[in-house]
Amino acid sequence: MPKVTIDGETIEVPAGITVLQACEIAGAEVPRFCYHERLSVAGNCRMCLVEMEKSPKPVASCAMPVAEGQVIKTDTPLVKKARNGVMEFLLINHPLDCPICDQGGECDLQDQAMSYGKDSSRYHENKRAVADKEIGPLVKTTMTRCIHCTRCIRFSTEVAGNEELGAVFRGEHMEVDTYVEKALTSELSGNIVDLCPVGALTSKPYAFTARPWELRKTESIDVFDALGASIRVDARGGEVLLVLPRLNEETNEEWIGDKSRHAVDGLKRQRLDRPYLRKDGKLQPVSWAEALTAAAAKLKGVPASRIGAIAGDLADAESVAALKDILAGLGVANLDCRQDGAKIDPANRASWLFNSTVQGIEDADAILLIGANPRWESPVLNARIRKRYRAGGVKIAAIGPQLDLRYKYEYLGAGPTTLADVASGKNAFFETLKNAQKPMLIIGMGALARADGAAVLALAGELAAKAGVVKDGWNGFNVLNTAAGRVGALELGFVPGTNGRDVAGIVDGAGKGEIDVVYLLGADEIDTSKLGKAFVIYQGHHGDKGAHRADLVLPGAAYTEKNATYVNVEGRAQHARIAVFPPGEAKEDWKILRALSDALSAKLPYDTLSQLRARLAKASPVFAEIETAHPAATLGAPGKAGNVDPAAFVSPIDNYYMTDPISRASATMAECTRVYVKGEAPRTGTHG
Amino acid sequence: MLQDKDRIFTNLYADGDWGLKGAMARGDWDGTKDILAKGRDWIIKEVQDSGLRGRGGAGFPTGMKWSFMPKKSDGRPHYLVVNADESEPGTCKDREILRHDPHKLVEGCLIAGFAMGANAAYIYVRGEFYNEASNLERAVQQAYDAKLLGDDACGSGWKFDVFVHRGAGAYICGEETALIESLEGKKGQPRLKPPFPAGVGLYGCPTTVNNVESIAVAPTIIRRGAAWFAGIGRPKNSGTKLFCISGHVNKPCTVEEAMSIPLKELIEKHCGGVRGGWDNLLAVIPGGSSVPALPKSICDTVLMDFDALREHRSGLGTAAVIVMDKSTDIVKAIARLSRFYMHESCGQCTPCREGTGWLYRVMQRMVKGQADLSEIDMLEEVTRQIEGHTICALGDAAAWPVQGLIRNFRPHMEQRIRDYKAALTAQAAE
Amino acid sequence: MSGANHSHVEQPASFVFTPEYLARAQRIIAKYPPGRQASAVLPLLDLAQRQHHNWLPRAAMDYIAGLLDMAPIRVYEVATFYSMFNLAPVGKWFLQVCTTTPCWLRGSDEVMAACERKLGIKGQQDASFLHSADGQFTVREVECLGACVNAPIIQVNDDFYEDLDGPLTEKLIDALRSGQVPPKGSMKGRQHSMPEGGRTSLTEFAAKTGAGED
Repeated sequence: MPKVTIDGETIEVPAGITVLQACEIAGAEVPRFCYHERLSVAGNCRMCLVEMEKSPKPVASCAMPVAEGQVIKTDTPLVKKARNGVMEFLLINHPLDCPICDQGGECDLQDQAMSYGKDSSRYHENKRAVADKEIGPLVKTTMTRCIHCTRCIRFSTEVAGNEELGAVFRGEHMEVDTYVEKALTSELSGNIVDLCPVGALTSKPYAFTARPWELRKTESIDVFDALGASIRVDARGGEVLLVLPRLNEETNEEWIGDKSRHAVDGLKRQRLDRPYLRKDGKLQPVSWAEALTAAAAKLKGVPASRIGAIAGDLADAESVAALKDILAGLGVANLDCRQDGAKIDPANRASWLFNSTVQGIEDADAILLIGANPRWESPVLNARIRKRYRAGGVKIAAIGPQLDLRYKYEYLGAGPTTLADVASGKNAFFETLKNAQKPMLIIGMGALARADGAAVLALAGELAAKAGVVKDGWNGFNVLNTAAGRVGALELGFVPGTNGRDVAGIVDGAGKGEIDVVYLLGADEIDTSKLGKAFVIYQGHHGDKGAHRADLVLPGAAYTEKNATYVNVEGRAQHARIAVFPPGEAKEDWKILRALSDALSAKLPYDTLSQLRARLAKASPVFAEIETAHPAATLGAPGKAGNVDPAAFVSPIDNYYMTDPISRASATMAECTRVYVKGEAPRTGTHG
Repeated sequence: MLQDKDRIFTNLYADGDWGLKGAMARGDWDGTKDILAKGRDWIIKEVQDSGLRGRGGAGFPTGMKWSFMPKKSDGRPHYLVVNADESEPGTCKDREILRHDPHKLVEGCLIAGFAMGANAAYIYVRGEFYNEASNLERAVQQAYDAKLLGDDACGSGWKFDVFVHRGAGAYICGEETALIESLEGKKGQPRLKPPFPAGVGLYGCPTTVNNVESIAVAPTIIRRGAAWFAGIGRPKNSGTKLFCISGHVNKPCTVEEAMSIPLKELIEKHCGGVRGGWDNLLAVIPGGSSVPALPKSICDTVLMDFDALREHRSGLGTAAVIVMDKSTDIVKAIARLSRFYMHESCGQCTPCREGTGWLYRVMQRMVKGQADLSEIDMLEEVTRQIEGHTICALGDAAAWPVQGLIRNFRPHMEQRIRDYKAALTAQAAE
Repeated sequence: MSGANHSHVEQPASFVFTPEYLARAQRIIAKYPPGRQASAVLPLLDLAQRQHHNWLPRAAMDYIAGLLDMAPIRVYEVATFYSMFNLAPVGKWFLQVCTTTPCWLRGSDEVMAACERKLGIKGQQDASFLHSADGQFTVREVECLGACVNAPIIQVNDDFYEDLDGPLTEKLIDALRSGQVPPKGSMKGRQHSMPEGGRTSLTEFAAKTGAGED
């Protein structure tokens, strides 16, 4: 560990870091625009200049490696003068439009200008004007403000892997652009808005909406995929306006997907804000009392075997537990949380978890994707695979859909036949896995959500066992769930009881008249047209497919409107927190169920959230130790060996931008669908 | 004064055949195998002892630069890259080597490349030198055909390839790391240093980048001995040098002369003197556009070498002498250089991207006198804000001519401003 | 980065190398180590421009990106960075007039003025590319071409015409127009970069004058 002296204080710092990082350790603040921890070093903004003994010129601290005996000064007149000079250069061609700039109040340039700027300009020449660029429905550009730090270019090139942004032309004519006027084809494009230190790239949907100081900030958890990214929900009044990533090295680093960021306008549309009961074939508004009474009457009025319940993809653990307890009280065995019919083995934890952990991806040296499209099923997790790819020394292969995943991989084949070949060693990738120190399988729902899913799972288990995917200190057997509520529900055992029906059984039974009451806890991804004459109770927040079919609607809360627990792919329980209240008469979901239990005269034994969470903790250690991954230690024998169908694996997601009731209600996601999925031209202008 | 027998570039004016036959007649490729047989260390020592300093502008000792290359390969290949991106305004010496004496360069590549453990050299020729690059390519092909290059270059047992790579119009590619970037197929944006090319250069491999002239003189130095070269010019400034004298002389030319030749002698002997006589001299830019101009008083006696010009706060640079007589609008001459640097800034670093344009725009006003007297100091300050604050030296190069103008010709600028104000006042009075 | 108005240029829908050019391209790619084929991007863009009437359409950039396995944006960056790529059509005779200080000191203003006079290009909107009415000539002011002791100079397509002044420039343009392309080099008949009127060095080599290889 080299010793360096920073502003007179000698400290020991880790070898291999930069002077800028050493300064941070020493508590010396160094301004920067181009430098970013997660991107390659560009060293172009020149704001982080410091004085280094024996160097005749100030050095860019972001690009200078630490060395034994270095003497650094960050607070000398020379440093101050150098930075003042850089600041002046940055400002001469930067417009003075802060009052109408969306970055105002959270602008690095504005902030640093307070320390290094002057109150007047001595630049009397004309300012440069730069034409704005059209780069898609999510990112608005005001390129005159660009200070050419190239963070957005480096993010796209390095992290996201959509090599579409560049700096074209040169010198003072250099412009950040795609050059060909195209929408960025990335599910991570919103992150460049966060990275932009100025107002050159701002959120298009959020344009001119609010100032940062008007917003109430709530730390929460994302639910648009099963990664469980850490987010911050910014709201004004009762309205969620922004979702931003929070730092979490273990899950999302500091990125989130575009859906997580931009689907939130869907929280304002198609909301269920009061209970409804179908009367005379039409849903009529009713009171909570009437609604709950009706629900209780229906549930009590039929034998338990004629009741089914399905937990949806966005269902929180608290409401799943409460519903499960109610069903248990009624003796109902027909319950399930696998809307897509995934043949996850309820008896085998390894079969629903990402056992290596997400960070474990960075250690893997061979990765086999099986029926997964991580780019759409979890774009941030996919960026982690790309990060691993860029670090080198990993072999990646895929069985399933042949997609542009933003990294190169060996395509082995389309379906179970290929998987069988790998498992039997017929396919050479078996050797690659076997010879790897830390081999990894990533099994998508595309491999499991099919009739032969259990056999496919068993095949993957067989491969894992033969190739040593699970060994001492390493479990590389990973299942990539796509639903935020799924893992929590599985941990709570929201699966068919003895002789109980699964999702297909419930739907089938309803269609055949063998099930009379179906309770949908936010379940919108099933084919509701096949529910026959069953009485459908829909508890949820959006007037989506489930509510349209429902006979009784119990309005619940979206993830931003409740204190709720979600368990991510790694078995990491995390708390979403209430940022705004649910609209109208809608309520937090566990409270609805608690009230329903009252109406059923089978009162649930918890009155408060903490009591309910104590109940969760008893069900699974996952809930006892919040924010900690709980992978399965062993693999066992997941699935059930059997014949496989040679049909190709198909990813369950056919449109990344619309996967759930919130994103389906989002105008922004509709626009993204139009541009990215249907391939139509983006609407130009800022109000598109 | 240099005699013809001590001149290296004897085909400077294409008096003879530039091809292999002519080159061999002039002594090139003579005993190259024996030179290589003396080994890497001997070659490097000889070049070090000759006192040869890099001919591309910075004047770094060439032999020392070669010695920075790893002695043993760690598995990565070593590369020699020759900088033939000659673009510094005033400079046109490498052009003559490329088109009239290319075999000196090709042989130099083999010797230098061998000395640094490289099996390949890339010669990066500025794109505008289409015909020059064509001659060079022909020369390389001739060398391959004669087995002077290839798997067993000159029968030495050393495999050596030479590749000619053409640029496409960017002054900045004369900066060694920008050149490497460009050679890798990217924009010519200089790299952060460290790491230096000797550690991580072309394709991430140890690389030395040398100017054409530095490489082309090496074979002759080795044949005639370090002492011969070191005996020409002043200590630490030794050898012969190609000078390009342009601008207001009666007979502009490129000529090989001894280092440390007095500027006045160089101009009077080879260029027919300053237009209108020596007393009509206003200023000289002695080493290409990047170095500050010298007023006549200094030109009267200054010697043309690294140290003498540095003492006068200018530099030998590429030894491109730009002469300006008293008819010259010196402010405009420098403003035109400011435009050059603005045009050639790669755009990467803030101070250079923004500062070069600022300099040019203020300079444009200075040409007319449309400025305030206090803006001369401001202009000087802006140059200081650019200088030393960028990844590469282009920012410095943009700053220095303006600084030289202000230092040496401030009264010109002030007079211009006063005249402009007076004209305005007179106009207003009418 | 030539041709500021490139976005308004009518672009061909596609571009491919002719077999002859493709063969040349492959010879160029072979100069670089395996996996380093991106190194060939400048020479290949130059080839494309040569095949395509001295300007570089976007389709060619995309084609070369494919050929070299590069992201197209990386090729766009390169094509717009280097000044020798013409992003819009130019005339049959592309005249690059050097006006940097060494040429300016020797009269590049007169050279430009002669071009303007002869070609009727004064005061055109596009400041960087000036086109004669017949489309045969395009004139562009450029930065130092590196032949300063032969200033002022014009590069006509690949060739330098040196030691110019106003009348010689007019003569050059007339010659080009009539198809009588003068030999490249000094328009005053001077021997390369030798002092005009006679050598001051290399006197013993004078006898062999003119024995060029070709």
